[in-house]
Amino acid sequence: MKVHEYQAKELLKQYGIPVPEGGVVAESIGTKVVVKAQIHAGGRGKAGGVKLVDTPEQAAKVADGLLGKSLVTYQTGPEGSVVNQVLVEGALAIASELYLGMVIDRATERVAVMACTEGGVEIETVAAETPEKILKEFADPNMGLMPYQARKLAFGLGLKGKTASAAASFILKLYRLFVDKDCSIAEINPLITTEDGAVIALDAKLNFDDNALYRQEAVTELRDLGEEEPLEIEASKHGLSYIKLDGNVGCMVNGAGLAMATMDIIKLAGGEPANFLDVGGGAKEESVTNAFKIILADKNVKAVLVNIFGGIVRCDIVAQGVINAARTLDLKTPVIVRLEGTNADEGMRLIDESGLKFETAKGLKAAAEKSVAAATAAGGE
Amino acid sequence: MSILVNSETRVVVQGITGREGTFHTRQCVDYGTNVVAGVTPGKGGQDMDGIPVFDTVDQAVQKEGANASLIFVPPPFAGDAILEAAHAGVDVIVCITEGLPTIDMVKVKDTLAGMGTKLVGPNCPGVITPGECKMGIMPGFIHKEGSVGVISRSGTLTYEAVGQLTEMGIGQSTCIGIGGDPVIGSSFLDLLKLFGEDDDTEAVVLIGEIGGSAEEEAAEYIKEHYQKPVVSFIAGQTAPPGKRMGHAGAIIAGGKGTAAEKVAALEEAGVTVTSSPAEIGSSVAGVLGR
Repeated sequence: MKVHEYQAKELLKQYGIPVPEGGVVAESIGTKVVVKAQIHAGGRGKAGGVKLVDTPEQAAKVADGLLGKSLVTYQTGPEGSVVNQVLVEGALAIASELYLGMVIDRATERVAVMACTEGGVEIETVAAETPEKILKEFADPNMGLMPYQARKLAFGLGLKGKTASAAASFILKLYRLFVDKDCSIAEINPLITTEDGAVIALDAKLNFDDNALYRQEAVTELRDLGEEEPLEIEASKHGLSYIKLDGNVGCMVNGAGLAMATMDIIKLAGGEPANFLDVGGGAKEESVTNAFKIILADKNVKAVLVNIFGGIVRCDIVAQGVINAARTLDLKTPVIVRLEGTNADEGMRLIDESGLKFETAKGLKAAAEKSVAAATAAGGE
Repeated sequence: MSILVNSETRVVVQGITGREGTFHTRQCVDYGTNVVAGVTPGKGGQDMDGIPVFDTVDQAVQKEGANASLIFVPPPFAGDAILEAAHAGVDVIVCITEGLPTIDMVKVKDTLAGMGTKLVGPNCPGVITPGECKMGIMPGFIHKEGSVGVISRSGTLTYEAVGQLTEMGIGQSTCIGIGGDPVIGSSFLDLLKLFGEDDDTEAVVLIGEIGGSAEEEAAEYIKEHYQKPVVSFIAGQTAPPGKRMGHAGAIIAGGKGTAAEKVAALEEAGVTVTSSPAEIGSSVAGVLGR
């Protein structure tokens, strides 16, 4: 789960981490202010979503210009993301721009703390071109990040005296937040220092582990549904995992790995998948109907491939779900059904005897080829 | 022979009285698995289909000689259940539970290091040695006794691969779904080593997916040390970056973890990589000369 910058900064404040003075009223801040569009995607600065102004009147004007508009950044895709809030903060005199990031590193299976003197830029670029510039410390899972590790990073960044202590303290507090709140990513880019020795989070990005939301009530309340794909929200309500893609062959599959493999074989057969959809381990008739509704809500879909390898999921139940969906939704789109595993024969018999115009396939390859052919034929009309 | 589990394995099921636990215990018993005990705290002294239920894993080990644990407890308690089984001294733990917070697994993995217990999962279909022991939720009937080892990050895609092998008359020594989470127990590498030492495994199928670098680590090991033929398929060749494909671990982040990188590393290590998930079985037949 992602949150907005202003929400992340509220959490940082709760942990005693310095952030710029800000809020919604420009007058109380005094001098120059920065107006920042609040969307989940990065790259806002380059896209014109972050502006420096001199007066409250200008701030109001800039905010007006951003609110309600769609902001297109390299992370949003061409349709952009609508700005519903702006954050107004006092502008600071920056002495240096640094980078601080924390993730759970899969290779070491620990929380990795990364720091770099190249702040304010794409950290992926730094990692690719000059990996030696990224300092790393790994937190002991049971002891946590130790003060000496935070000091190593702070001094490693070339900081001195009061600034170095402030940075070390900042790093330890952010680690505490990361673990307490079940973050998956915490990124402060840039982390800035000022001439008077302060270390401040100029930007803040926090992502959270979806698996841990059950114990993070306060974090869960920060979810902004307006930032998410409506069909993906609808799918998650029904326990389905759905991701919209750009092709025209809809896919309904059980299991994430098989769902990805189904997308792959559609591509190999010369088509393009319209979505990733995992109906999950306990697929019932109702979840199959809901899955169909979601797949068909995408108007690009010209054919649907149902690919089920029954384990816990019984193919006869899936087949009944497909038949019900076709009847209740008065389905016109061609549907290709491939069932394998638990009760597959029974499922295929139901499909064949339904009297509805389904196409069936034996094997993954044939199923993909038939689906692509059907989508191509329908798309050409 | 086989790896991890066989006809001698004495299984305790943690969470045996829950809906999932009861359902799958019955399926395992039907397959022929030797389920000797169950554990549900507070229900000690009861039984499930005649299988004695204990309050702790320790009791199951002491009284029934359990040496492997199959876990179905809900995510908030699964980390605790894994450590309970490890400290009770079982050799193999299979955790089916989906949805464990990653930071919990980080701590569990660190504690397990050096304990000698092998963990498979969480969020996985489990382990099966065909004809001997099914410790998991996979459909038993699609498997066939034989000499090909299967290791996979996915559930149903494993069934797909196994289904193709069985259809072609190629049996399996042991099949393991290692799970799709970012931090898991046994890795591809751990299991490749076990299959390498298993005389009855002739070849290994490795089914990977986008995200992380477990496939690259496996490739490195295969290149330097592996004698047996390996066949591989990597799911997610068409997945866009930044989108999590169902599994918490299946995401291309910061341009890393793509299928193309994994395929290149495996091919360089001499692995036969098929780009079609429909040709896993035929590729194995090819390397075995059948």
